[in-house]
Amino acid sequence: MLTVTDLAVAFQTRRGEVDAVRGISFEVSKGEILGIVGESGSGKSVTSYALMRILDAGGTIKAGEATYSGIDLRRSAEVDMRDIRGREISMIFQNPRAALNPIRKVGHQIEDVLRHHARATRYDAREKAIAALEAVKINDAEARYNAYPFELSGGMCQRIVCAIALACDPRLLIADEPTTGLDITTQKAVMDLVRDLIRERDMSSILITHDLGLAAQYCDRILVMKDGVIVEQGDPVQIFSNPHHPYSRKLVDATPRAGESVRSLLPKQERGEELNPKVSDEPLLEVRNLVKTYAGKSGPVHAVKGISFTINQGQCVGLVGESGCGKSTTSEILVRLLDATSGEVIFDGDDIARVPARSFTKDRRRADIQMVFQDATDSLNPRHTARQTIAEPLRRLGGMRGAMLTVRIEELAALVGLPLSLLDRFPHQLSGGQKARVGIARAVALEPKFLILDEPTAALDVSIQAVVLNLLVDLRAKLGLSYLFVSHDLHVVRLLCDHVIVMKDGEIVEQGAAKDVMTNPQSDYTKTLLAAAPKPPERRQVT
Amino acid sequence: MLRVAQSIPVVVGVVIISFLLTRALPGDPAVYFAGVTADAESIEQTRVAMGLDKPLTQQFFIYVGDLLQGDLGQSLSSGRSVAEDLAKRLPASLELTLTALLLAIAIAVPLGVLAATRPGTWVDHLCRVVVTAGVSLPTFFTGILLIYIFYYLLGVAPSPLGRLDFIYLDPDHVTGFYLIDAALMGDWETWRGAAKQLFLPATTLALFTLAPVARMTRASMLTALSSDFIRTARAVGLSSRTVLFRYAFRNALLPVVTTLGMVFSFALGANVLVEKVFAWPGIGSYAVDALVVSDYAAVQGFVLAMALLFVALNLVIDLLYTAIDPRIGFSSK
Repeated sequence: MLTVTDLAVAFQTRRGEVDAVRGISFEVSKGEILGIVGESGSGKSVTSYALMRILDAGGTIKAGEATYSGIDLRRSAEVDMRDIRGREISMIFQNPRAALNPIRKVGHQIEDVLRHHARATRYDAREKAIAALEAVKINDAEARYNAYPFELSGGMCQRIVCAIALACDPRLLIADEPTTGLDITTQKAVMDLVRDLIRERDMSSILITHDLGLAAQYCDRILVMKDGVIVEQGDPVQIFSNPHHPYSRKLVDATPRAGESVRSLLPKQERGEELNPKVSDEPLLEVRNLVKTYAGKSGPVHAVKGISFTINQGQCVGLVGESGCGKSTTSEILVRLLDATSGEVIFDGDDIARVPARSFTKDRRRADIQMVFQDATDSLNPRHTARQTIAEPLRRLGGMRGAMLTVRIEELAALVGLPLSLLDRFPHQLSGGQKARVGIARAVALEPKFLILDEPTAALDVSIQAVVLNLLVDLRAKLGLSYLFVSHDLHVVRLLCDHVIVMKDGEIVEQGAAKDVMTNPQSDYTKTLLAAAPKPPERRQVT
Repeated sequence: MLRVAQSIPVVVGVVIISFLLTRALPGDPAVYFAGVTADAESIEQTRVAMGLDKPLTQQFFIYVGDLLQGDLGQSLSSGRSVAEDLAKRLPASLELTLTALLLAIAIAVPLGVLAATRPGTWVDHLCRVVVTAGVSLPTFFTGILLIYIFYYLLGVAPSPLGRLDFIYLDPDHVTGFYLIDAALMGDWETWRGAAKQLFLPATTLALFTLAPVARMTRASMLTALSSDFIRTARAVGLSSRTVLFRYAFRNALLPVVTTLGMVFSFALGANVLVEKVFAWPGIGSYAVDALVVSDYAAVQGFVLAMALLFVALNLVIDLLYTAIDPRIGFSSK
């Protein structure tokens, strides 16, 4: 149905031409779901934009052929391409909220497409738009027709993007990271919907994702891309159990799944000896009846509704839940950036919730509780070098100066595995993994007792996530740290944590030893979460 | 309605500040108005007659009391009531400013949109040149330059003296805008005359206001065009015109409207110079004249009128926001 041969795409930049895709060939047959998997910069999205001929300014197809049902996609006139887009080939995108026009009613956006492709007239457009909304299983489609994107949830927005893409019954759907940034249960709902619609209408599809597990679950065939070339292709089970190319092996290894240890995420030759952290029965931090209520515009918002838990010395506790469950609020209260409405946070025998967040910066315990933030890029000052960033807490709270400071910074860099030559670089000159290391070095600079990790690997590629997770495990053992690991990724939590807390709507629905909660969940919600997580196929042979 | 209420403190503040500032001006109006030949006694008499001998707080309460009754006081230099003067001159200024603004929008917005859709081409460079020129050329200079070219050298423009050549009669006063009044009367002869007089000063002011609008249109169009929803719109095959106007332009409009509001207030300020150069009987030149002679009532009246105008303008812009962007109406509820 779609045949691509030796496709190459290049971008004109100020520093000359950059090759994004370097001669790839593949085909999609009728009714097939093809997965394209790769990490950022692999050229997987660019490939799809090239097929649709919607490359950003400066991007051109340099060579190769792309043929869709006999139509030459590379050389067709723009007018013909406009007829193909939406009617023959459609796309859905990541970040669905941004992918919709923010100031146009969603119903009208669907009508625009219908009317452009002459699938509806002025008189029946509304009716057909509502039918399109119903096709993507939106409840109360009549009312949603008049909604603006900002009034809808992320999952709902993605359904609407689907409705727009599928309104004119295209034969091929390209889904570019359709569920990145969505909650895990929403991800499952959206992916199931997309798969069902594709099967129902006998369409073909290309699923572009960085998540090998997700691709394996939904695709008939997978391409693995790296640096603009296809390194391996085959059916998912085969790629998982017997990857040929070293890169796909690395990706498979790095994909967290049940029954593995955190070390096995790394390529075999890089796996170090596992260090055993010391966990004592002494509680380090006790949270009792913690409540946080915000004054909202339409009445008070109960973000955290009286939760209690304990973290022992040396323990790693996972805090799991979907967006809006109160996990971020909880972690901010614990790190003393936010004041609780009521409740106690007993740290080392004292109730630190009584010290207002504003004056906690001057508290002697400030150095004991530190945090690693979610977005490694946004949480670093863009005008500070890595050295300055790491020096900040040492100077402010540790009172270090001069040679002592330099020695300590280099010590820390070595500890987190950051080459000393990178210390004088600014954040934009560092890679995602290096920025994560800087953030971790800053957090452990003052030898805290307790570290809060707020989705520290959410924005990282899987292979880098594997490295960072291992670093965190090593640091915990070496420095005797206790962690509160906030995450939505159950697989990662299972690998890292001894104890798991599951939160929903500001309450703890379940907590217990990680093994028990993950293998034998008690609450329905935990069961739903576990069921929604992508399940990579079991490896047949252990490598 | 809430927005109207929010503007009340602004107006009160303006009343107090304009009162204090005019009192703080150097120069004694009593000396000025008593005349050149006046001795100390007659100056004192003038002072008492003007109410300037009373303590400052008392003067203020008298002023506020009059204000509440709609009395802005008497202008000492023109001899008429300030309200009357303003009613006559404000439309002149507004007509000039609004025409200039419409002219600026008519040129700047298409220019900005074209520049944004074709970055790096000649349209883009033209846009950059116009923006730089508009920002760097002072209005009195462009004004005089235009007079020199179109009146002195080419002789196509009428003499730059006021709103209407003396051969025409003023149209009946309905709105005070000569173009509208003349059109209402069906007197196209006068309309053409007024339009001719208006053309040069309006162009001068438009050149000045055009630059920020064009620049903002270009920048916000570029942002809008590179956003994700434009990619979605293109990916479903919408025509480039629909994408450009229905999707990109409406989203780009918000910052443009903000800039327009700011530009409008700049233009009212820049008016003073243009009115002087073209002998335009607007309120800018009125205020300058009044200020020179410490005509308190006139200056206060001017400042108050301007403040009310700004309040009204901000209100209109807020309303435009809500009309353009549904998110704003939502968050203010």
